[in-house]
Amino acid sequence: MGSKMEISMKVNGIEKKSYTEPRMLLVHYLRDELDLTGTHIGCDTSQCGACTVYIDGKSVKSCTTLAVQADGTEVTTVEGLGDMEKLHAIQRGFWEEHGLQCGYCTPGVMMAMAALLKENPDPSESEIREGMKGAICRCTGYQFIVKAVQHAARSLAEENEKEKLVQSAGEGGAK
Amino acid sequence: MAKLHGARIKRQEDPRLITGNGNFTDDIKLPGMVHARVLRSPYAHAKILSIDVTQALEHPGVLAVYTGKDVNPVMQPVPTSWVVPGCNIKPKPRMPLAEEKVHYAGEGVAFVVAEDRYIAKDALEKIKVEYEELPAVTHQEDALKEGAPIIHEDVEGNLAFDWQPAEIEDEIFEQAEVVVKQRFYEQRVVPNPMETRGAVAQYNSGGGEMTIWCTSQNPHIHRMVYSEVLGIPESKLRIVAPDVGGGFGAKIGVYTEEALAGYAAKHLKRPVKWIEERSEHFLATNHARDEVIEVELAGNKDGTLTALRVVNTANMGAYLSTMGAGVPTIDFGLMITGAYDIPKAAVRTYGVYTNTTPTDAYRGAGKPEATFQIERAIDLFAHEIGMDVLEIRRKNLVKKEAFPYTNAMGLNYDSGNYQLSLEKALEMANYEELREEQKRLAAEGRLMGIGFSTYVELCGLGPSKVAGAIGFQGGLWENSTVRVHPSGKVAVYTGASPHGQGVKTTFAQVVGEKFGIPIEDIEVYSGDTGSIAMGWGTYGSRTTAVGGGALAIAADRVVDKAKKIAAHELETSPEDIELKDGVFQVKGVPGRQRTFQEIAKSANMAWDLPEGMEPALEAQSFFDPENFVYPFGTHICVVEVDKDTGKVELKRYIAVDDVGRVINPTIVEGQVHGGLAQGIGQALWEGTVYSENGQLLSGTFMDYTMPQADFFPEFETAYTETPSPVNPLGAKGVGETGTTASTPAVVNAVMDALRSYGIKDLEMPLTPEKVWAAMQNRRELV
Repeated sequence: MGSKMEISMKVNGIEKKSYTEPRMLLVHYLRDELDLTGTHIGCDTSQCGACTVYIDGKSVKSCTTLAVQADGTEVTTVEGLGDMEKLHAIQRGFWEEHGLQCGYCTPGVMMAMAALLKENPDPSESEIREGMKGAICRCTGYQFIVKAVQHAARSLAEENEKEKLVQSAGEGGAK
Repeated sequence: MAKLHGARIKRQEDPRLITGNGNFTDDIKLPGMVHARVLRSPYAHAKILSIDVTQALEHPGVLAVYTGKDVNPVMQPVPTSWVVPGCNIKPKPRMPLAEEKVHYAGEGVAFVVAEDRYIAKDALEKIKVEYEELPAVTHQEDALKEGAPIIHEDVEGNLAFDWQPAEIEDEIFEQAEVVVKQRFYEQRVVPNPMETRGAVAQYNSGGGEMTIWCTSQNPHIHRMVYSEVLGIPESKLRIVAPDVGGGFGAKIGVYTEEALAGYAAKHLKRPVKWIEERSEHFLATNHARDEVIEVELAGNKDGTLTALRVVNTANMGAYLSTMGAGVPTIDFGLMITGAYDIPKAAVRTYGVYTNTTPTDAYRGAGKPEATFQIERAIDLFAHEIGMDVLEIRRKNLVKKEAFPYTNAMGLNYDSGNYQLSLEKALEMANYEELREEQKRLAAEGRLMGIGFSTYVELCGLGPSKVAGAIGFQGGLWENSTVRVHPSGKVAVYTGASPHGQGVKTTFAQVVGEKFGIPIEDIEVYSGDTGSIAMGWGTYGSRTTAVGGGALAIAADRVVDKAKKIAAHELETSPEDIELKDGVFQVKGVPGRQRTFQEIAKSANMAWDLPEGMEPALEAQSFFDPENFVYPFGTHICVVEVDKDTGKVELKRYIAVDDVGRVINPTIVEGQVHGGLAQGIGQALWEGTVYSENGQLLSGTFMDYTMPQADFFPEFETAYTETPSPVNPLGAKGVGETGTTASTPAVVNAVMDALRSYGIKDLEMPLTPEKVWAAMQNRRELV
């Protein structure tokens, strides 16, 4: 047991300050200290991806990150992705296309796939499967996860299209 | 209102799970809760000479360190719950903690409770255990050899049981025109649900009530057994399966750690949480398969099969786990003839103790192994007589007219149309064209293979009378309760305990269809023995066939009562009332009606009910089916083997399954996909490796290959619908079909690809290294 360190980070948009043991894993910090239990632990060797969160917008496995390493950063978990009032496109995709069964790996897989869509908004099926390399799901056989990601990609494209229309309408109005 | 039965409705389970609002065991946090960890044996086989916990107890934050000496005298051992009769079975009770001797690497030796998880883990390092290592044996055939290390002193030759329900005359094989003999090894795999096991236990020292939240597929079974293990009356013990992150058979089992958490919670008067780590899961949670299966298949040169004889030498691990003994005997042995009309069959199963983690049910439990051996053997038989593998299946599949069909082992297949699914699969595959393509590729020197699996499996467990006869220490009926609230909203309670199968949605569809109300008005509850009547849980693809059967009956009872109330209010007889789209209507008199919600209110207010009728609108059913159900189908796998690397590429996978009447096709497809991934996983990638001295070498996700997304092509699935006559929904169960069918389809395809090399069989998993080496050896021979 080491002495505790003061850390602060913005988690899902809210500033959090704590005294934490240096050895505490980020995933335990999020789950046990901040009660954000949507992020899960599926392995202890960093293969399964159930614990995937974002640090400053980049997806990381929170089971192989120390909480102190996230000091001063912005962390996003599945709870920050979207809620029932406003679901993220990836959450809608998983629901619409039966992308989950037991739902245990789902938060991590959704986080990873939402990050993939940011980098590649129109991935092919093989790019989606390739992009899921760091995630293990034991229930679905992955097929409906692929469909869920494709669904999300379509929704995001439509949302972007709409935004552009609104923007150009706004610009038109200003003229 | 749109039909709900058969509709692709998105799941009611999902909103909580996609927003991070699930409530899995490790998500539970109680005031004052402390954390437990298990010290596990580093040796596969050793005497425990001494355990010194002094330093661990002195470690700041440690509350207790229990050893076998502390807990074994005050707790009962965890029993074997499937005591197969007539096989001289020798179950060894599993004490909560090993005391004199450890029997496999990972067996629990001490249980530490501390203020947090990190401290508990620190404390493990401070416990000093002195062991005297003994020679270990991990393979069942080695364990049967003379002079092998003895795992349990009073079990001679490590033979846990010897099951031989039927014999067959040698002459049949001696006189047969053709006999194909083959030895298969169904390798050991690990179920690996993504959520490991865990428990949170809370004890009220005033009232003596205990609640254990745990990762369970069958909380009532866990209550029944833990009540005895802990000495807490069933009436004071509540087991809750909250959200459960997959099971696949691994969470049927009754284990020691959940009970130890209960014991510690009572002893310390603090809630205790124990959560398994993944590398711990590999050691501490049941493994599966691990059977050496020797097959003799006899028949004529024209392809008629006449007799089958199978010997299964099954590795049971260090203990006979909960359902373990039933898997290679009843589940496997009675299904060895598969979907084929083979008039005579015999089976013998040796259950063997070894210094390994116990084996038990895993998705399919015995049926995948039964299917594997017959599907592989029939291909070998066809090759032997120069017949096409499709032709031999057409010739021997049980005919549609033969149902209900009694197989050579005495099981009665409820219904089937095997030819229909076969023809549909051939059409989807465009089979003739596939064979042409295979020839074209062969001419280019490329190795394409096509494999079949025309399977049938037994599920929908099952008639309780049969359960008793086969030594299953439980019933196999199921309960469902339908409760209509005053507002007309409905609560359903079921003793089935789903953990990913979509039962909340499926069951709501059944009730919505019956009542003519939207599924949003129906909430399905499961997994809590505190509020749900006795039931037997979710495994053996039984939930829809048996629990759904109870549900349909209970819902019908509600409708009957509601009709009586409507008739009373509308001054007519119940026979004149029909229920359509949520409205009770006097037949032929438009406007004379009551809505479902109005009747719900009337029933619950009870101001004016028919003479003698009890208030409220609720019904319960305890449904015990007369028979098992037998889903079936045809799977076709197409592979290409890379000559240079031995890598097997899955080009196509076609699955046509018949799971009886389908309630939600999307959910059914999801179940098939998941099953396929696991069955194909066994064929190509998954496998457990022990070192000679019993160390688990494949004990993490780094060493054990879990199938990943880019391993698979898009599965092509379809279904036929042959209703089961043995339950009200006509459902057959779908959870295990994919796993059961796919392993042999893949191996048959790879062997087909390798035929030009004269390779008859290779042990799974068919890794590139193994396939490549086989091709090289064969080249040397040629």
